[in-house]
Amino acid sequence: MNSLIPFFVAVPLAGAFLTMILGRFTTRISKYLASVVLIITAFISFWSLFTTGETVSVYKVGGWEAVNSVPIGIYLVLDGFSALLLCVISCIGLMSVIYSISYMARYTSGNYFYALFCLMIAGMNGVVLSGDIFNIFVFLEISTISSYALVAFGVEKNELEATLKYQVLGGIASFLILFAIGFIYWKAKTLNIADIRSAFSEGHDARYYLLVQILLLSGFGLKAAMIPFHAWLPDAHSSAPSPISAMLSGVLIKAIGIYVIIRLFFNMFEISEGMAIVITTLGTLSMVVGVFLAIGQWDIKRLLAYHSISQMGYVVMSVGIGMLLIARGLRSEVAALAISGGIFHLLNHAAFKGLLFLNAGAIEYSIGTRDLREMGGLAKSMPVTSGTSFAASLAISGIPPFNGFFSKLIIIVAAVMGHFYFLAATAAIVSIITLASFMKFQRYAFYNKEQGELKADVKEVPVPMLVSMIILAVICLLLSVLAIPGVRETILTPATDILMDQMKYSSQITGM
Amino acid sequence: MIVYLLCFILFLTGLYGVITRRNLIKIAISMSIMEFSSFLFLALIGYVDGGVVPIVDPADPVKTYVDPLPQALVLTAIVIGLATTAMLMAVIIRIYRKYGTFDIRQIKNLKG
Amino acid sequence: MKGMTIIVKKTTQLIAGIIFLYGIYIILHGHLTPGGGFAGGVILAGSFILLILANGSDFLNLVREESGSTLYENLSILVFLLLALTGLLAGANAFFANWLPHGIPGELVSAGFLPLYNIFVGIEVAASILTIFLALIIFKEEVLR
Repeated sequence: MNSLIPFFVAVPLAGAFLTMILGRFTTRISKYLASVVLIITAFISFWSLFTTGETVSVYKVGGWEAVNSVPIGIYLVLDGFSALLLCVISCIGLMSVIYSISYMARYTSGNYFYALFCLMIAGMNGVVLSGDIFNIFVFLEISTISSYALVAFGVEKNELEATLKYQVLGGIASFLILFAIGFIYWKAKTLNIADIRSAFSEGHDARYYLLVQILLLSGFGLKAAMIPFHAWLPDAHSSAPSPISAMLSGVLIKAIGIYVIIRLFFNMFEISEGMAIVITTLGTLSMVVGVFLAIGQWDIKRLLAYHSISQMGYVVMSVGIGMLLIARGLRSEVAALAISGGIFHLLNHAAFKGLLFLNAGAIEYSIGTRDLREMGGLAKSMPVTSGTSFAASLAISGIPPFNGFFSKLIIIVAAVMGHFYFLAATAAIVSIITLASFMKFQRYAFYNKEQGELKADVKEVPVPMLVSMIILAVICLLLSVLAIPGVRETILTPATDILMDQMKYSSQITGM
Repeated sequence: MIVYLLCFILFLTGLYGVITRRNLIKIAISMSIMEFSSFLFLALIGYVDGGVVPIVDPADPVKTYVDPLPQALVLTAIVIGLATTAMLMAVIIRIYRKYGTFDIRQIKNLKG
Repeated sequence: MKGMTIIVKKTTQLIAGIIFLYGIYIILHGHLTPGGGFAGGVILAGSFILLILANGSDFLNLVREESGSTLYENLSILVFLLLALTGLLAGANAFFANWLPHGIPGELVSAGFLPLYNIFVGIEVAASILTIFLALIIFKEEVLR
């Protein structure tokens, strides 16, 4: 058994409580302790990414071996897809902690912030690594309760209202998921994902199956903020402090929303055509509605939050296209292309959306307002912020040589090759509208010279914030390397294989 | 069969409370009612006909026991529900201090 | 915050100790009878909350009390994680492995590691529920000053 796996959860958890104890004696040590914890987590996740490859490592907690090849313990599973997401979580987390060394100096009770942040990272790592459906629920709750507290961190009126809406809707989603777990246990009599697959493949009632799938899609769709479950996202992501917005929008809705939907619908349920059509439709609707609601916004962070909905729609649509092609039994290499395009876009979106939210935080730190109509001409006084923001805007609109271009190109090509011409045209039009929206953002914030003379004393932001923004901009350029066939084989293809091959996941786990 | 239907009716009662009530404390209590219905459903699933309480008596160990796994799930879920309710209550108290009212129709600062 | 009348104060003086002992009994017998760490911890916290509500307390005492309970909570989780880690080192090669001798089922000292886990989870749950209660009371008192 690979004994590195429980450290992904244990190290941030111990770090969180150690921060609370040590923060009572010296107030400055909590930020450095949190950075050290995240550096360790980033190191072991990158190491696992490059050593995992095609193998599926299983860790049985407590050493409970399988009895008569029926798994009875809690399993932690690390395969190609989980390793990618672990890298994303720890990388964006590390950038956010470095950023918040100087940003959170304006808030009191800093050691609570770092403790809750480490707890959120531990919860997300647990969701990504677990091979057991109730374990997903427990770690999901750990990370979302920490995020409720983090959204309301500086207790102003806007933040409290945003977190109230977030909590009520998130609570309803959790109860739907718990109900669905109850229904699954009733028929399958087991909680292990691989074992549920083999229990359900021996014959099941079609309407019961459909009920469970709809409950799970609604619950996790609410967590992932797909249309029509998106009502909490603009308020929560715009009122939170900026490093938390970057974490929420860049990592949380992916690790506990989109990742779980992809994992359950590919590896636990058999791929059916009806569900694939529903998922593709929800993805396309998210893409279109998100971008139309985003154009008219004048608050920077609400604009970025609505664009998150739209880009997540891209990912869900392309995964849905892959599912539909597999269900119909048609050309499987096009399905592999669609799924790998979706996963690539997931990685890219974490990088450039995180960078955009950190930029918005830098603007707010210097000027004190978030309204686009009140700012202008910042390109001269904040050169690094405007440069990295320009790079991120080009990346999200899909301009070469940034990473957004390659992932959107793969998605549109896969849609065209699968004869989904309407979806490909929609994706291209949405991309053009995204470009228009970000050109508006760039013009009003950075290049509007007439109003620029009023804000003459605007300085550049402190060094830790600059460091994290520059590193993320470089990552945006480097990620486009993943489209080259040699690099793609080692990183993206194991993830795609474990999802597409119908029996690989379950046979490798129940065989161990 | 009718027992499971009653669980579902309890869930719908809680959902009705969350959607239509105006007072914030009543919304929090309705969310607790929704949680308890799902705990009840989980605990009822593990029933085996003619089973006894799943505690092993060393003198007479071979009997038909009720399935103990859903009971462990419910125990964990109760603690999670406690944390969720405590978090919601803390936020509601702070909202009362800032806005001066418990009425959810007055709390609409964020729009658009 | 003000306390309650003298009848309530005298009654809670008699009962709080018994509730405390009952909580400890449920934690320690977690591997033999229903209960265990969570339920016993809640009962243990209940006895402290009863004493605070009945006798009243002024603001500085509450703040000092809350810092103490937060310290207990964090320390007991770290000890819990440390105990889980010893499973990795002591040869069983897995987290949370149960490597102490199992003993005879039905006795108080049996089932390896389970009573130790129960004790630390019990302390942790008691401390955190006390912290939640104190945090809400302190917030109310803070505004009234």
